[in-house]
Amino acid sequence: MAVLLNTNTRLVVQGLTGREGTFHAKQAAAYGTAVVGGVTPGKGGTTHESWPIFDSVDDAMRETGANATLIFVPPPFAADAIMEATDAGIPLAVCITEGIPTVDMLRAMTFMKGKSTILVGPNCPGVISAGKAKAGIIPGHICREGRVGIVSKSGTLTYEAIHQLTRQGMGQTTCIGIGGDPLIGTSFIDALRLFGADDETEAVIMIGEIGGTAEEEAADFITREFKKPVVGFIAGQTAPPGRRMGHAGAIIAGGKGTAAEKMAALTMAGVHVVTSPADMGIKMREVIG
Amino acid sequence: MKIHEHQGKSVLAGFGVPVPRGEVAFSSGEAGEIARRLGGSVVVVKAQIHAGGRGKGGGVKLAESPEEAEEIAKQLLGMTLVTHQTGPEGRKVGRVLIEEGLQIERELYLSIVIDRATACPVVIASAAGGMDIEEVAASEPEKILRETIDFSTGVAPFQARKLAFGMGLSAGPAQKLVKVLKSIYTTFIETDASMIEINPLILTRDGDLLALDAKVTLDDSALYRHADLQDLRDLSEEDPLEVEASNFSLNYIRLDGNIGCMVNGAGLAMATMDIIKLAGGEPANFLDVGGGANAEQIRNAFKILTSDQNVRAVLINIFGGILRCDVLAEGVIAAVQELGVPVPIVIRMEGTNVEEGKRLLKESGLNFITADSMGEAAERVVALVRQA
Repeated sequence: MAVLLNTNTRLVVQGLTGREGTFHAKQAAAYGTAVVGGVTPGKGGTTHESWPIFDSVDDAMRETGANATLIFVPPPFAADAIMEATDAGIPLAVCITEGIPTVDMLRAMTFMKGKSTILVGPNCPGVISAGKAKAGIIPGHICREGRVGIVSKSGTLTYEAIHQLTRQGMGQTTCIGIGGDPLIGTSFIDALRLFGADDETEAVIMIGEIGGTAEEEAADFITREFKKPVVGFIAGQTAPPGRRMGHAGAIIAGGKGTAAEKMAALTMAGVHVVTSPADMGIKMREVIG
Repeated sequence: MKIHEHQGKSVLAGFGVPVPRGEVAFSSGEAGEIARRLGGSVVVVKAQIHAGGRGKGGGVKLAESPEEAEEIAKQLLGMTLVTHQTGPEGRKVGRVLIEEGLQIERELYLSIVIDRATACPVVIASAAGGMDIEEVAASEPEKILRETIDFSTGVAPFQARKLAFGMGLSAGPAQKLVKVLKSIYTTFIETDASMIEINPLILTRDGDLLALDAKVTLDDSALYRHADLQDLRDLSEEDPLEVEASNFSLNYIRLDGNIGCMVNGAGLAMATMDIIKLAGGEPANFLDVGGGANAEQIRNAFKILTSDQNVRAVLINIFGGILRCDVLAEGVIAAVQELGVPVPIVIRMEGTNVEEGKRLLKESGLNFITADSMGEAAERVVALVRQA
């Protein structure tokens, strides 16, 4: 079945008329995703690359039956775009934008509490359900329909995991890039819940990195209620403390958030933790055969 | 972005947080003048560097006269201060803060950060101020108080009182904390801070609360809307190569090893450092050229990498998604031809147009070493460094 995205997905792109938005809308459509239109406030009623453009997410949903949105809005306006999508009641919002001020995300996350929209990201590569649909920037051609789900804080490491699974002939169900910011919508636990309930997903690759405690929280969740095999990798085993390693959330602060702590917690939870990023696919092959 | 204590205090004071009277000095003469203006029997001379532990490291001293303040400032300015947070290389002191001496009754701890799990600001407070809070958390966790703030309401007075009484303050100072905490919280939100730490927040013998120290870190992503705060950046606190890299919009962090890395994506860049270490080598840097890197960016990245005299070999690890491998290869070839990179280069690339990329590298006539997997690439580059 895959999770979050499937052949019923009808995708609208907020920021479709921008360079990135246009490029990735075309890529998503080429992958077979039903891209039904775009949202650019002030350009409603026009068309762009043959897609209808709307002034608001609300209009786009009413006119096109969109059930997911992909957000390519520049950082100063992205949190507002997330709130607009939430207010319109769209089931899924995937935000690619990197560099959204944390206070803006604080406001958006507060606004989203108690509302039904699932947010993936921001600062993430998005979501792809192999062979079905994609919302984001993950290259479709490296994916193969298969048995393993991926959840990851990092973009290119997600590609790496996809590539290794494809090479090993195991393929993917859905790959979820949850993003490298301190404040994100879908967490490791949310993604694992989805994979746990998905019959096609036999096992999960989970890719974490230094900073915060999301991996430790996921380890607790796995111990308590996640039954499928998990292969894990944590990036930043050699990262110096106190430095922000590219991602806004990737920082060892006050001695907390180290790779060693996260790897230990995951190992305790029964996760097959690999120390080398080159071994994710091989390890999965060993685990599920 | 980190800012200095004296800058943090003036930002906080602008939002109504009480701080000691004081001014920053860049020379010993200035230090003496400020001490004279401040008057009183004692002033404090505090070295300004972007690291904690200055007291223990000998960077904070009392002076009983303006002459002594001048003398201490002379010693501190230009010295390399080593604290547990600076690493053994220490930091050069370029400025000192001269402040009035105060009669301290109690030292408290107060900070605001954002809690990722709840997506809320959280205030952390402790009666054990003046100490390293991580040590307190480890040895006496019951002394750490936490109050989660609802972003839509801000700090409620009852929350401030809860913390105040939890720290053992009496009614008068507790009421003052309500106002002080509200001002600190307002500073946090209005300046887009990612952390404000007041350690210690002091209670004076007169019953006043003042921020005796201030560590303020600002959200880099929000600096675009704070022109005034951008000016607080102190480039002398940063590695010159990192400053240059940031001018090229490259995400670069210098490390101690001798294998330079060039990678697309922050996670893969960290993982590349990890795999070098696993293969027995030491990475010289973290470098994320970004998802949309072009030939120009790759040239800039090479410039930065090869400016580090420790670099004996370079490992390029690219997973081409949006960034096509053939475009990357062209960029690398052009950069090497132009800059004449003096060290061996191992390239591992995968993804979009990888075959074309490999062909270009092979036909360039330049001496690249290519690898098919990350593991192989790491082993090859480590072997090269060993030979050299």
